Amino acid sequence: MSGNEVNDPRIYGIKTKIRVVPDFPKKGIMFQDITTLLLDPKAFQDTIDLFVERYRDMNISVVAGIEARGFIFGSPIALAIGAKFVPLRKPKKLPGETIFEEYELEYGSDRLEMHVEAVNPGDRALVIDDLIATGGTLCAAMNLLERVGAEVVECACVIELPELKGRERLGGKPLCVLVEYR
Amino acid sequence: MQTMISNRLCLAPPLPHRRALSPRLCFSGGLRLHLATPSFVFFESRCVVKVEAVARASSRDCEMATDNGQDPRIAKISSSIRVIPDFPKPGIMFQDITTLLLDTEAFKDTINMFVERYEGKDISVVAGVEARGFIFGPPIALAIGAKFVPMRKPKKLPGKVISEEYSLEYGTDKIEMHVGAVEPGERAIIIDDLIATGGTLAAAIRLLERVGVKIVECACVIELPELKGKDKLGETPLFVLVSSA
Repeated sequence: MSGNEVNDPRIYGIKTKIRVVPDFPKKGIMFQDITTLLLDPKAFQDTIDLFVERYRDMNISVVAGIEARGFIFGSPIALAIGAKFVPLRKPKKLPGETIFEEYELEYGSDRLEMHVEAVNPGDRALVIDDLIATGGTLCAAMNLLERVGAEVVECACVIELPELKGRERLGGKPLCVLVEYR
Repeated sequence: MQTMISNRLCLAPPLPHRRALSPRLCFSGGLRLHLATPSFVFFESRCVVKVEAVARASSRDCEMATDNGQDPRIAKISSSIRVIPDFPKPGIMFQDITTLLLDTEAFKDTINMFVERYEGKDISVVAGVEARGFIFGPPIALAIGAKFVPMRKPKKLPGKVISEEYSLEYGTDKIEMHVGAVEPGERAIIIDDLIATGGTLAAAIRLLERVGVKIVECACVIELPELKGKDKLGETPLFVLVSSA
């Protein structure tokens, strides 16, 4: 499901609520700001509804949300479909036993962590973030889930930047987005 | 401080040893308060932390979420929270809500308890403090038809922001909010998973008040009452589901 393929009238309303902020966090980057979407209760609800409608009959037991904007979308989706919500976090935020996956940044690398006991082998999982750019973070998220024996059913983001080809980094896993920004 | 003095009677001091559970009944004027049935959490070092489940109304304008007696959902919510000793450093008993998020019924109940309290109260803004406030705030905002406004660490929000500094144990930190996210006269609640010293919530209150918003209440899943965070909130009432002594 992408902005091109689905003719759902709600998508247009969602797209117009996303604010593009030029030169953030640095020059040349057109930052896709979803906070303006969150200020419109109807558009925010529509965003969640579109994902819930897609996933509620797919027997999903885990919604993994990537810190921090993935929490905003992942949590309501998890609640609506009756799945566990699993936060995937930056290093040292999660107490107790964790596993980590490293991923590359433009300069250097970062890590994503997950609680080992949060997910069981056989869990069917979604990975949620606000946006997919290069796909590095989503890839790390999928690896974490697969390492503990979960099946990643799909990755879901509000926005895709298709020119960065993040979709190709997902190892064939399906990706569902609502809005593309070219 | 808006909590009625007699609320304090509901909270027993921390116990160094196990004792018989007994519900505690507290009444104050016309307010009906929840029964607190203590539950105990044992962990490796063999200390007992009494986690008492209390939902307290701390403003005369707020209604209670339930009628007489303890809301049956509270015990489940309370017992789903995991306590991790010595995190992030020795001596700290970390209240881990991630286990609550794994219990679909307890998570739903948590959100429902806040929604029942705040729906129909003309609240147009739910402000959530990064990052665990981003887990509880959005579902509440959606359910009551309010905007969700993230309050973030520095440099995360693009565009124009206003910021407010607050003290840490060592040094200071800032939280930021978008200019124009809220308008003067709007009624807001502020959500976080836990209130400890109250520094972050107090900063969030100041930020919103600076732009003319009325903060109806601060709402947290957990309070650490010994840290007296409530004292930092000034006129703003505090509502919590679980109080961890």
